[in-house]
Amino acid sequence: MRRDLGWWALLLPAFLLMTVLYVAPILQVLAISVTEPTLGAQNYNRLLTNAGVQRVVWTTLRIGLLTTALALLLGYALAYVIALARPAAQRWWLLGVLLPLWISVLVRAFAWVTLLRRQGLLNQGLQATGLIDAPLPLVWNEFGVVVGMVHYMVPYAVLPMLASMREIDPRLLAAARGLGASRGTVFGRVFLPLSLPGVVAAAVLVFIFSLGFYITPAILGGGKTLMAAEWIKLQILDLVRWGMGAMLATVLVAAILATLAVFSRVVDLRRLFGARA
Amino acid sequence: MSSTAGHALALRGLTRRYGSFVAVRDVSLNVESGEFVTLLGPSGSGKTTMLMMVAGFTEPSEGTILLDGRDITALPPERRDFGMVFQGYALFPHMTVAENVAFPLRVRGLGRAAREEKVRAALDLVQLDRFADRKPAQLSGGQQQRVALARALVFDPALLLLDEPLSALDKKLRGELQEELKALHRRVGRTFINVTHDQEEALRLSDRVAILDHGRLVQQGSPLELYERPATRFVADFLGRSNFLAGVVREVRPGAMALVAGGTRLVQAVAYGAPKLALGTPGLLALRPEKISLLAEGEAADTEVAGEIAAWSYHGTGFALSVQTVDLGLLQVALPAWRAPIAPAEGMAVRLGWPADASVPVAEDSHAA
Repeated sequence: MRRDLGWWALLLPAFLLMTVLYVAPILQVLAISVTEPTLGAQNYNRLLTNAGVQRVVWTTLRIGLLTTALALLLGYALAYVIALARPAAQRWWLLGVLLPLWISVLVRAFAWVTLLRRQGLLNQGLQATGLIDAPLPLVWNEFGVVVGMVHYMVPYAVLPMLASMREIDPRLLAAARGLGASRGTVFGRVFLPLSLPGVVAAAVLVFIFSLGFYITPAILGGGKTLMAAEWIKLQILDLVRWGMGAMLATVLVAAILATLAVFSRVVDLRRLFGARA
Repeated sequence: MSSTAGHALALRGLTRRYGSFVAVRDVSLNVESGEFVTLLGPSGSGKTTMLMMVAGFTEPSEGTILLDGRDITALPPERRDFGMVFQGYALFPHMTVAENVAFPLRVRGLGRAAREEKVRAALDLVQLDRFADRKPAQLSGGQQQRVALARALVFDPALLLLDEPLSALDKKLRGELQEELKALHRRVGRTFINVTHDQEEALRLSDRVAILDHGRLVQQGSPLELYERPATRFVADFLGRSNFLAGVVREVRPGAMALVAGGTRLVQAVAYGAPKLALGTPGLLALRPEKISLLAEGEAADTEVAGEIAAWSYHGTGFALSVQTVDLGLLQVALPAWRAPIAPAEGMAVRLGWPADASVPVAEDSHAA
């Protein structure tokens, strides 16, 4: 017993650090959301009555789902190519996928602005070739936000899907063809079902990340496309409405936990965060 | 399920190169309808490459593959209609046993009712009907092997290809499944092509064995032919065990010849029409350990040699003796244990003998590329 106590004592500093610096502030946010400006659920009522709040929630969900869908689609194609490439080629492909992760999100957001703005490379190029007369509105709207977010999320989509594709025994694919299946059927009936755990894991990861995006939508949305994180910052720092900001923050955390709870029944979450069973 | 008979396969001058490496070199082989043929060879002999070319996964560099006289060399694997049991079985882990077996029928667009009936019949055939709803991971190795067999046979394939089907199983189970596989071949009456490195499996299962070495077809024939009349040193050594006796041809008469090794005269029967060795040339004989007998006082044999027991061991059914001789080196002798004429001891002097038709002339191996 005493020996056990000694081991637990070793965990104490980490435990305190977590509670004091992490759990406590979250609880405080929760508390603020039901006490500011007065005690009660009036902030949460706004979720049902205030059109502005509802619009933000709806925009966040819509952009989150759209980003997830597009990142999965692009990521699956990439992961598929990488999984079937020769080992030497695989290393280069992976480097290409991981490289953007090492570049600051701020740099990438501004890079997209320079590419997509009215006098940007894309619009000028299209005008020069005569395909369009007037510049297209490619940035400071939802389109620009989705472009930037998908670009950010693709590597996160590739990695879990690639891991799950690499576990597929290539002999299964040969066996399926030997038994009479065309390449398309082999993909649909064998490869896709076996890679599905990776797809679900990637979807959860990308969707959760997308809900809390701040910098990318703030820069590429130009203040017109408000997502939850930016709206919370607006409430707390600009409008000093702590109660409203804390309320949406709490809703965001609850939404993420709910997503995890639902999908933990479908996929092994340890896989999602890199641990192996 | 045995509605149609087996099909015949012919390989003509099959060659496969990987860069400058030749994995299979100019192999021609006929597999008759309903035959059980085994491609036997050590690892790297090209036997798996051969099977992969037959299955359509590997393209031959040269040569043609004919099925019932029709050229199928360019046909992709899914259009050859061959059943295949892969090494490690390659069962689909996300499907149940029944879904695995139904897979080849499903991709052929068979209706649900017909599919279910055929799946049931195939699972009956391998005695796995009770396991239809299990996942492959819930089955033992032997059961998985039988699912793979059922899946490969369910669509009435023209040929059944087996890639080391029993190598993942333990020895006892392997023996049982060899019997089952042989019985299954008799029941379905289809053409089976098996690949293995296990010579015992090849001898027990096959109607005919093709022995491969360094990508070449060295010899083919019934198991009995190959064991009794190996053509080369490699075949004699790979299929069972052999002593090799080297000598110089000293006498050639109709039906027999004699070689001389030091002071020992080796008398060798020569089958009618077999190529004779020329006088004065070196010759090599292969002699199975079980064909050597211990000679009693005054007993004579076509070939006799004296020696001394260097080592011995007891195997229940017999003794394995290593006898040191002056002219022939160390000879391996298998002596039946029951009523053995001697109680072996190291250093004991013995006289060995064997009849003229016990040994066979074999060719030295030529591995020159």
